[in-house]
Amino acid sequence: MSRRFTPKVVTANRLREGDVVYLTADDRWTPWHHEAELIEDEAHAQLRLIHANARGHEIVGAYLADAKSGPKGPEPTHFREEFRTRGPSNYAHGKQADLGHV
Amino acid sequence: MYDYTDFDERFVRERVAQFTHQVERRLDGSLTEEEFRPLRLMNGLYLQLHAYMLRVAIPYGTLSPAKMRQLAYIAETWDKGYGHFTTRQNIQFNWPKLPDIPAVLNALADVGMHAIQTSGNCVRNVTADHFAGAAADEIADPRPYAELLRQWSTDHPEFQFLPRKFKIAITAAESDRAVIRAHDIGLQVVKNAAGETGFRVLVGGGLGRTPLIGMVVRDFLPEPDLLPYVEAVLSVYNTLGRRDNKYKARIKITLHETGREEITRLVEERFQELRPLFGGADQELLDEIRAAFAPPAFRNAPVTAYEDFYRADPAFRSWVDTNLAPHRNDQYAIVTISTKAHGQTPGDATADQMRVIADLAEKYGHGDIRISHEQNAILPHVHKGDLPAVHAALVQAGLGTANVGLVSDIIACPGMDYCSLATARSIPVAQEIATRFKELDLEHEIGPLKIKISGCINACGHHHVGHIGILGLDRAGVENYQITLGGSGAEDAAIGDKTGPGFAYDQVVPAVERILRAYLAEREGPQESFLDAFRRLGMEPFKAALYETEGAKDAA
Repeated sequence: MSRRFTPKVVTANRLREGDVVYLTADDRWTPWHHEAELIEDEAHAQLRLIHANARGHEIVGAYLADAKSGPKGPEPTHFREEFRTRGPSNYAHGKQADLGHV
Repeated sequence: MYDYTDFDERFVRERVAQFTHQVERRLDGSLTEEEFRPLRLMNGLYLQLHAYMLRVAIPYGTLSPAKMRQLAYIAETWDKGYGHFTTRQNIQFNWPKLPDIPAVLNALADVGMHAIQTSGNCVRNVTADHFAGAAADEIADPRPYAELLRQWSTDHPEFQFLPRKFKIAITAAESDRAVIRAHDIGLQVVKNAAGETGFRVLVGGGLGRTPLIGMVVRDFLPEPDLLPYVEAVLSVYNTLGRRDNKYKARIKITLHETGREEITRLVEERFQELRPLFGGADQELLDEIRAAFAPPAFRNAPVTAYEDFYRADPAFRSWVDTNLAPHRNDQYAIVTISTKAHGQTPGDATADQMRVIADLAEKYGHGDIRISHEQNAILPHVHKGDLPAVHAALVQAGLGTANVGLVSDIIACPGMDYCSLATARSIPVAQEIATRFKELDLEHEIGPLKIKISGCINACGHHHVGHIGILGLDRAGVENYQITLGGSGAEDAAIGDKTGPGFAYDQVVPAVERILRAYLAEREGPQESFLDAFRRLGMEPFKAALYETEGAKDAA
């Protein structure tokens, strides 16, 4: 029996700046994890990933990352993805500074 | 110091121009990422967790003040005002943007620097003893050989697509500060019974997921045979190395799968073919290079002011006792500048700090700066009479920490704060260990200790050869840290042993504290270092300190 599908978001890095972005339901790249489209269906996830990869002039290295729904929108479930929403822990650099992220 | 010839200059400029076009074509959509990725990696440009990262080579760890100032300028202009010195004598900029990379590479070329071959399956930056040309215990300056190897390996047509990356390190001292036993090729400059100079050659060392100590394949390789022999080793590796499995692709695996005897036979056979092809031009080149590494004109002046200051100022005394190493000229000292103020990121220097180091090198250090694989900066030639002034300036810049070789002088890879390969963080673990032992005020009591932290199995933080090694892993979605004890990256190289089950992120610092308290309780005296004590006692007392609960101890 195949493993049950867990919800995902499509994430990548912006081509020019390299910063982390997420694909929204209306096909924008957002820096906010909670604005990402939370994908609950496996076939739809694959379609969205193909869509993301076709936009290689905007982003690099798109992949599906595990996520769960939260009060404001999708939240990461793994610590690596959580770090990607924020930036490094040794300096207030990256999103935590640029976006005033908490 | 070696300065670029017209040939070097032209080569680097052409490469910058070429990559500039490649970046333009990536940005305008003519190149896909799949096409662009190998091109950017050949020019040291990675894409990390939060941003691009540019890795710039500091060949054999040597910098001039002009180069250091340019790194400061790059950090301020195209990055966030700092740079990160790595465990392989490179500097990494963590926040450049792709459209700015050509400008950064041009700025590097202006001072004879580049990012070529700092990534990819080629011969990487050739590293050397960071005390080269200054150390009291070396028999020659190893850097001319390193420069010869750099020129030979740069854009070498046969070795641009090796089975895997290839790292060479060189030292000319018995005391191994260049970790030559953990490199693909380790070279030690030695003299034979006749007084001729040559090399002890080690092959097949390396860390990563299969840590191995290099094997000696030649006890004495005559100096003129260096390039043909190294070329023979690479040539055999290029043929036999596993391209089917990247985890088995390093030469250490080739060596172990093929056997030392057979590899040696193949290398010697290939060497016999190659040797006649080296007609002596390489030796003429070596002589020219050597002239560029002539020792500075050492000053002859009294050192009494230094001695008086040493007696009078305890802060200065403490710094002298930990951060200086013996120079071959006894009026001089080798100064290690700690980039590891307690609680700071190991290996990071701000643009201002880089300029202070450059100014001090110019004023007091014969214009010579080194970067060590231990992520510190070094002024290799400082007259002892100038040490009080150097110390005062360093303290003002936050660079005067007296902790070299102690608990808080930790090697740490960037880990999951930056690296896309990492499985856990390493920087904050280093910061917290340093902060904790400062609070306890125990590090001088504990004495010489090397803690090394990697955020994944690839071991950029050299954890296997740490006296205490810490490896960060992802265990079912949680950061977990495996501890090893008894490793060494020096001439007595050894791979550390695992203590047992790993520790959660917030349990690492208490675990290190328990290990070190056990050491203090068990050692024969302050003269017995942690590593010596571990070698005498074995794992048991440390295991007990780590894993036995209070209840179990009472029962025993």
